[in-house]
Amino acid sequence: MLRAIFSHPSGRIGGTIVVIYVVVALLGMFDVTPHNPLQQYRIDRLHAPNASYWMGTDLFGRDVASRLMKGVGQSFFVGFCSVTLATLAGTVLGLTAAWFGKAWDGLVMRIMDVLLAFPAILLALLIIAIAGPGTWTSIAAIAIVYTPIFTRVVRGPALSIKAREFVDAARTFGSSRRYILTRHLLLNLVAPLTVQVTLALAWSLLTEAGLSFLGLGTQPPASSLGLMLADSRNLMETAPWLLIFPALAIMISILGFNLLGDALRDIFDPRTRRSAA
Amino acid sequence: MTPLLSVSNLRVSFGRNPLENEVVRGVSFDLAAGETLAIVGESGSGKSVTALSINRLVDFGGGKIISGTINLARTGNSILDLAQASEPVLEKIRGSEIGMIFQEPMTSLNPVLTIGTQIEESFRLHRGLTGKQATAAAKDALDRVRIPDAARRLKYTPNQLSGGMLQRVMIATALACNPRLLIADEPTTALDVTVQAQIMALLAELKRETGMAMIFITHDIGLVAGIADKVMVMQAGEAVEQGALGDVLDRPQHPYTRHLLSAVPHFESGRAARSDYARGQSEMTSPALRVDGLTVRFKVAGGVFRRSPGSVHAVENIDFDLMPRETLAIVGESGSGKSTTARAILGLVHPTSGGFSTHTGRIAEATDPSVQMVFQNPYASLNPRLRIDSILAEPVIAAGGRVNGETRAKMAALLKRVGLPENCLERYPHQFSGGQRQRLCIARALVLNPSIVVLDEAVSALDVSVQAKVLELLVDLQREYGLAYLFVSHDMAVVERIAHRIAVLYAGEIVEIGDAASVLSNPQHSYTKRLISAVPSIDRRNQHFELDTRQVPSLVRPPGFEPPVAQWRSFGPDHRARAEV
Repeated sequence: MLRAIFSHPSGRIGGTIVVIYVVVALLGMFDVTPHNPLQQYRIDRLHAPNASYWMGTDLFGRDVASRLMKGVGQSFFVGFCSVTLATLAGTVLGLTAAWFGKAWDGLVMRIMDVLLAFPAILLALLIIAIAGPGTWTSIAAIAIVYTPIFTRVVRGPALSIKAREFVDAARTFGSSRRYILTRHLLLNLVAPLTVQVTLALAWSLLTEAGLSFLGLGTQPPASSLGLMLADSRNLMETAPWLLIFPALAIMISILGFNLLGDALRDIFDPRTRRSAA
Repeated sequence: MTPLLSVSNLRVSFGRNPLENEVVRGVSFDLAAGETLAIVGESGSGKSVTALSINRLVDFGGGKIISGTINLARTGNSILDLAQASEPVLEKIRGSEIGMIFQEPMTSLNPVLTIGTQIEESFRLHRGLTGKQATAAAKDALDRVRIPDAARRLKYTPNQLSGGMLQRVMIATALACNPRLLIADEPTTALDVTVQAQIMALLAELKRETGMAMIFITHDIGLVAGIADKVMVMQAGEAVEQGALGDVLDRPQHPYTRHLLSAVPHFESGRAARSDYARGQSEMTSPALRVDGLTVRFKVAGGVFRRSPGSVHAVENIDFDLMPRETLAIVGESGSGKSTTARAILGLVHPTSGGFSTHTGRIAEATDPSVQMVFQNPYASLNPRLRIDSILAEPVIAAGGRVNGETRAKMAALLKRVGLPENCLERYPHQFSGGQRQRLCIARALVLNPSIVVLDEAVSALDVSVQAKVLELLVDLQREYGLAYLFVSHDMAVVERIAHRIAVLYAGEIVEIGDAASVLSNPQHSYTKRLISAVPSIDRRNQHFELDTRQVPSLVRPPGFEPPVAQWRSFGPDHRARAEV
């Protein structure tokens, strides 16, 4: 699998970016940063990048590089948790909707249609407006926003697999419902789910940055990429490093996840698979 | 006289490495006007690719003609090499000089356009007809393929017509411009036998009327006997033998031709029926399976403002019993209810009334491990993501057992018994061929030591020579384990090899049941007679198929409908048929 990703041209780039991103995020999360991200070096306020402050300092004299690592860690944490929740909820809902059909299918899919009818960021804002800002509410909001996509990704193929003969065969042996759902349906859904998880991670990073930018996600003084962008708005001309580095971090990480997702889709799709077998 | 079509040393390949993936390797043949050439071969032999190269449709599938010439004699004595022709020239030739019909009529027509529009297209493109003229021409084309009530049918969309009707529409489209060559790629494989006979009759008659040449591709050597003048046998991309029909069928020279002829189950009107079991002699034990008045009806869905128009009576009041060590074949055409019967016995469909009992007692909701099933499509009946050991262990787990050394030993022994190497436990389904997969399915059905195995079209998806081997295996396993088989099939030649008794299903009801030899050699019900006379056979050379446009009656009945009680007539100790009104 890894070999397949790294022999695919966009997989190689995307995979490398994602690996670097995860390493930076983990370093940030466990406070392995060049400086303390909250320490205010008053003398060095708005210092341009140099050997000590790799990406300069902000208005309060805090090290931008350290805050960026912390912010990447924060966005990764939010993205990872929300996508995990969305995947779990979407898989359970999609599988049961496909399996039981009828009224349950109708109910689940109509609710998903309603959720999908709102633009993602608007729906997230609505949820946060009700529940109040914070890390955990943004995780919940993003998870709810992306659940319908997973439900649909799971339900479609599950319906077609359900009609395949090996599922009928399993029923003639008297296999339990749980066994059929996990071994026969879920196992055949691993490929589309993996692709979807990778792409959803990219979206959730963007949504998290957007929410924080609007002041509804991560709250100061904690650091997040969206928050750093919001702080840099007024200083764009005097201290461009405040804007450039977080913006680049968001752009490159989303590019990386998207490239990886495209590569995974090609690898899993038998029609584009070259004669590797 | 120059032949209409002359193909010499044709080589076709696919993919990036043209030399490695050669699919057709040096095929040559000539075809005179009015002649029919049958190309026979198993899947992957290159027979379809050869035919698709002639009208260069192969280019669209990623194929490439590497060398060779395909000379087509055009009107005015000019000769064109199709292998070198440019795409604009080919577009003119396709349809007007070379017509083609495909295997699957259901998917060859556009579902959202009326069939009238689709036939008219050909007239508009090649003859420049428009408006009323095109419509009139389309109606004539439908009349020509004997579609009754043609003017009204022009406004139908494909979903309103049966498979046989659609194949006639395809033929009408292909013949719209009086092509001098018709390529028919397995035109009857997807159809029922009686419909197949009608299409063959139509093709033979149209050929006589128009004097066109035909290339007929098939895997069924029995069909070849009925229609071809010349036969070409292909194996692995090479034409291993070709010659006049009688020479190839009666005096085959190449070992592969001989193998094909001997491996293919030929229908012999009951003479080849099995005689290793006769009921009612020594052991009159209790039956392994007894089915009493089994009825399955599916309610037709109504709308919010529409009452349900009734129910589909898929299976109606079916009775039979099955002794240990006996094979009962259920034969019938698509829609006759044979698969529904099998699925009801496995508990996949709930019967509306009636029921069945095994020697262990009545089967209720839960599935009975003593009844197991082998499905039709070996590519769909194994989960592609599970290893073979997990696949074989599933019935054990489902029955509440544990996978231990003993079960693994049993699985290995079963694999060996069905003719697969032991090391395949660690492999995945995609690493096996169709025949091997069907062996895996058989092994899986035997893991729980069943007494009854339901085989739903179990060999229909396999190549003919593989079919024969799997049938042999089934017969051996039946003797060894004392199994009772319920063999559901549409293929009379296969049924003749394996069945002791035969039940003929028509429109959800048994119309005739009895011992195989008697039913096949002396059919009594008119439908059984029709079914048996439609079976192509190697002995029926150039036969005149009769045209019959009868349609299977609709099975949708109004609510509350109860069919009349059947009257049976007996024709021997174990052979009875439903009395006809």
